[in-house]
Amino acid sequence: MPNMKMTKNPMPSQEPDVRNKNYEEVALGYTTEMALDEAARCLNCKNRPCVGGCPVNIRIPDFIAKIVAQDFEGAYDIISEDSALPAVCGRVCPQESQCEKFCVRGIKGEPVGIGRLERFVADYHNSKEQPAKSKPEPNGKKVAVIGSGPSGLTCAGELARKGYEVTIFEALHTAGGVLVYGIPEFRLPKSIVRKEIDGLKELGVKVETNMVIGKTLSVDELLGEFGFDAVYIGSGAGLPQFMHIPGENLRGVYSANEILTRINLMGAWRDGADTPIAHAKSTIVVGGGNVAMDAARCAKRLGSDVTIVYRRSEAELPARREEVEHAKEEGIKFSLLCNPVEILPGEGSRSVASVKCIRMELGEPDASGRRRPVEIPGSEFEIEADCVIMALGTSPNPLIKSTTEGLEVNRRGGIVADEEGRSSKARVYAGGDAVTGSATVILAMGAGKAAAKAIDKDLSAE
Amino acid sequence: MYKIVTRRPLNPAVTMIEVEAPYVARKAQPGQFIILRVDENGERIPFTISDSDPVKGTVSVIFQVVGASTEKLNHVPEGGYIHDFVGPLGRPTETEGIKKVCIVGGGVGNAIAYPVAKKFHELGAEVHCVIGFKTKDIIILEEEFAAASDRLVIMTDDGSYGLHGNVTVGLEQLLQENDDYDEVITIGPMIMMKFVSLMTKKYGVKTVASMAPIMIDGTGMCGGCRVSVGGETKFACVDGPEFDGHLIDYDEAMDRSRTYFDFERKAYDDACNLFKMEVK
Repeated sequence: MPNMKMTKNPMPSQEPDVRNKNYEEVALGYTTEMALDEAARCLNCKNRPCVGGCPVNIRIPDFIAKIVAQDFEGAYDIISEDSALPAVCGRVCPQESQCEKFCVRGIKGEPVGIGRLERFVADYHNSKEQPAKSKPEPNGKKVAVIGSGPSGLTCAGELARKGYEVTIFEALHTAGGVLVYGIPEFRLPKSIVRKEIDGLKELGVKVETNMVIGKTLSVDELLGEFGFDAVYIGSGAGLPQFMHIPGENLRGVYSANEILTRINLMGAWRDGADTPIAHAKSTIVVGGGNVAMDAARCAKRLGSDVTIVYRRSEAELPARREEVEHAKEEGIKFSLLCNPVEILPGEGSRSVASVKCIRMELGEPDASGRRRPVEIPGSEFEIEADCVIMALGTSPNPLIKSTTEGLEVNRRGGIVADEEGRSSKARVYAGGDAVTGSATVILAMGAGKAAAKAIDKDLSAE
Repeated sequence: MYKIVTRRPLNPAVTMIEVEAPYVARKAQPGQFIILRVDENGERIPFTISDSDPVKGTVSVIFQVVGASTEKLNHVPEGGYIHDFVGPLGRPTETEGIKKVCIVGGGVGNAIAYPVAKKFHELGAEVHCVIGFKTKDIIILEEEFAAASDRLVIMTDDGSYGLHGNVTVGLEQLLQENDDYDEVITIGPMIMMKFVSLMTKKYGVKTVASMAPIMIDGTGMCGGCRVSVGGETKFACVDGPEFDGHLIDYDEAMDRSRTYFDFERKAYDDACNLFKMEVK
């Protein structure tokens, strides 16, 4: 008999007032009892709308049925058929706009906590000693993967399992891409990412850090003198956007990327870290996505008072619902329907002292289908702040495009690729944010997987 | 890990290290930079490339101890290793069409000015150099500059060597004698580059300044290195590090460079104390 309780089992979490001062993981994960209780809420319905809502079509009711049968490894195996990073996706996927959005239980009451169950299964699997992976029989072909974020890791894993000799080239000194420099420890512990990368190494994947493709080596060199049969570009969307308003280059104005990189990649939050970080009194974060929430919650943990400024209303916040709730619980203020027009320095100073904002109202829907924010004339007001963080989205880095002959990009800088990841250049494939602009971990993973399939198909046909 | 093949003190505060980094060495051009981390906990510090040898597979950088991280770097011996070394980053110095150039360097900036002078010299341009130092004892690369320039003017702030005064004094003299420079290139402290640019503007000579702002990744990701150039925001790491000296907002850049001043001061003191304790 299914469990007909209307609400999800709540996620055990650290107390807001405790966690907003530490970097330990906020959500603690279901216990076995909770997972069994939650799994029993799944009706195992015939239509399986949740599967269609998942960008990589994980067989959700099947893995949940395995949980009900208390076969957690079996559940993990089912998820693994479609997802390379279950422990990551269970934590960072926007389930409310994907699988859970379509859950039948969500029509009356709350949907099944699919993401929480995915995380439970992945954490169960990771907590058990796993036998070392054996290296597959080499097939004699070499593939270079550029970037070690979700799409690169997925593509590398898929190909390595098929016997390809895979080398990942990472520009930074640590592998993991946005999972390491972007998403904070308290949302995604770095030990999880390291474990995934160690797993790839066991499969024989080589990881070369400090390699900026487009600078240190070019794509053409990889295909030429370095003898790679194919190249997968999963270099993400790393270029921060700014508003181009007056005062944006004052001291104390940062991109969210800079703040997050200092904290996550460089560990600047730790006492004794070599990399500095500003400890502001009052921080304004501009933007309403996950990155804005991450930056705001990091600033809070550095001891600052934090306000998020977003030009639309709460309903349009693009961040995951859970991140917004967590941010609020942690004492982050939201100033909605307003937008910065100028950043002002203190008198006789070039450091930020306040942000002049203007109130907005929602007009007609725009191309994205969301109601367009319109300025209310004469409604300007100032908010005091000594730190401003711009979290307005990112675009693909032009470094590879500008150094690779014959690689087409669209007008937003995304590499042009077909559904299977083939670019305009022979033997060059691309996927993830490098193609789409900033999106989600799961979509990037799906693209990495599709490209691996295409690479295998194309190289096998030769 | 990247091996320090040679280590050569140039003056009591300035040291050149030659690092084994074959991939970087293959591509390195004057004007470009690298980022290194001394150890696992290290910060990413950018240094402009001062020399490279693609055959030996080495890249040289010159550093002055100014903070905790350079203090740490100063303690890595010849034959020792540093944790990370990535590059070459940024755009190379543009050399095309330049027949006569005046290079103005200040202090440790001369370490970067030198490879630029050498490059122009090798390309057959007429190279004039004005290099400035506080005092005689800290002059670096004098012989190297002499070999790479058709005319070399050395300035010291205290007059203990060469001409007395800062680089703008020497530059003005050259500008009066030579009205045919295609370009002036200036590399050194920002305040110096600001005054060099003001002077060349007066004489109507195109000027390029090499910026070294705060940055983390060096690939366009953090935006920490924003510089206002002619009212437009540029990223020094990918659009630069060299920009039109007449268009840079130096006051803004100088202020931004002081963002972590207090932190750095304290970290440096802590590092010095730590090394002192080790000595005891």
